[in-house]
Amino acid sequence: MKFWRTPLDVDKLVVPHGEVHIIWERCKGCGFCVEYCPRDVLELSEEFNSKGYHPPKVVNADRCVSCNLCESICPEFAIYCVNTTQPEGGKTDGTD
Amino acid sequence: MTQTAQATNEHPMAEWLRMDRMPHIWCSTCGIGIVVTCFTEALKKSGIDPNTVAIVSGIGCTGRIAGYIRLDSFHTTHGRAIPFATGLKLGNPRLKVVVMSGDGDLVAIGGNHLIHAARRNMDITVICVNNFTYAMTGGQVGPTTPTTAYASTTPYGNYENPFNLPRLAASSGAVYVARWTALHLRRLTKSIGEALHKKGFSFIEVVTPCSTLYARKNRLGSGLDLMRFYHDSSEIEHHAELEKINIEFQKKIVVGKFVDEERPTFIDGYNARMKEVFGDKFKEYGEENGQN
Ligand SMILES: Cc1ncc(C[n+]2csc(CCOP(=O)(O)OP(=O)(O)O)c2C)c(N)n1
Ligand code: SF4
Ligand code: SF4
Repeated sequence: MKFWRTPLDVDKLVVPHGEVHIIWERCKGCGFCVEYCPRDVLELSEEFNSKGYHPPKVVNADRCVSCNLCESICPEFAIYCVNTTQPEGGKTDGTD
Repeated sequence: MTQTAQATNEHPMAEWLRMDRMPHIWCSTCGIGIVVTCFTEALKKSGIDPNTVAIVSGIGCTGRIAGYIRLDSFHTTHGRAIPFATGLKLGNPRLKVVVMSGDGDLVAIGGNHLIHAARRNMDITVICVNNFTYAMTGGQVGPTTPTTAYASTTPYGNYENPFNLPRLAASSGAVYVARWTALHLRRLTKSIGEALHKKGFSFIEVVTPCSTLYARKNRLGSGLDLMRFYHDSSEIEHHAELEKINIEFQKKIVVGKFVDEERPTFIDGYNARMKEVFGDKFKEYGEENGQN
């Protein structure tokens, strides 16, 4: 995770982490989640779902910070994010 | 990370939606679903008991919201969402009544109801999804279509002047007026929360992509291209001068909260006047039967 200045308590910061779930058949391939995920976690897949759309797939699982933006912007209610932050797990050295 | 192959009901929105009606009818890259999520999020955060909330819609693509959202909801006739909501509110003043409908429904056929509910300061919240066209019926020109924009009934471009909705609502008497786009997820959610807590007539315009008709007829690409346009062309200016925030075709969209003030509501006015005339003989409307 990048910071515009290094916080004084950087050693205590825990970077949240999330797990993205995609409801493959409900997606209409609009690409909003892919376009607006601030961490580039998603990409549209090559495969079609049975409606003929290309749902997103997770390509950078580790980068998800559980901001839930994909969930909020999806007009189809087809993607959601579960916070999986480990209390001690995700400490950062401030360099990404 | 999991990629669920089957449609599941595990989505956090599932408890707020009538899942037996999913998938909804809205087109790919239509923005109406986003407004539903923002509303639900705002309601969750508001602390208001969902059992006291009623949703009223008119007819149109946006009007379908009433059929999808799992709250007490009413899909009324075209243009009549606000009169229905008014009746609901006066019949049971304890209810939090929210109208969600399209620009055609609310400001064309329903335009008079809008201005009079605002004038009376009826205690309801109106969320107007503005996609600049009558989408459900095939993309005809409407009172919000920007001048020069194409519609199925203006093959040479629109030559009429559109309404400036925040200005219309504010000058009619609304006590809370805001405009956002479907891209302003967090700000729209916050604004809906404020409107829900506002006593009186609150009005929020949400500029929303219609890919199939508005974008296609104007060769603007998909709803995603419209979202990119909102990103590049919307400017936040709270309390902007309302006469300066007309929406012109593919020009700057001024968004923000424009009005947030207090004024006695319709019920307040009625109670105050009747008390003046009848004194102690008058029992306040709303309080009887544990109302209000
Ligand atoms: C009394 C009446 N007149 C006309 C119609 C046809 N009609 C259905 S939806 C609609 C317009 C919907 O436009 P809008 O409210 O902007 O909603 P959108 O579909 O764009 O979300 C019209 C004219 C109708 N159903 N009833
Ligand atoms: S925002 Fe929703 S509908 Fe659009 S591509 Fe992503 S998952 Fe599919
Ligand atoms: S026609 Fe337009 S407004 Fe209606 S569902 Fe499709 S994109 Fe949305």
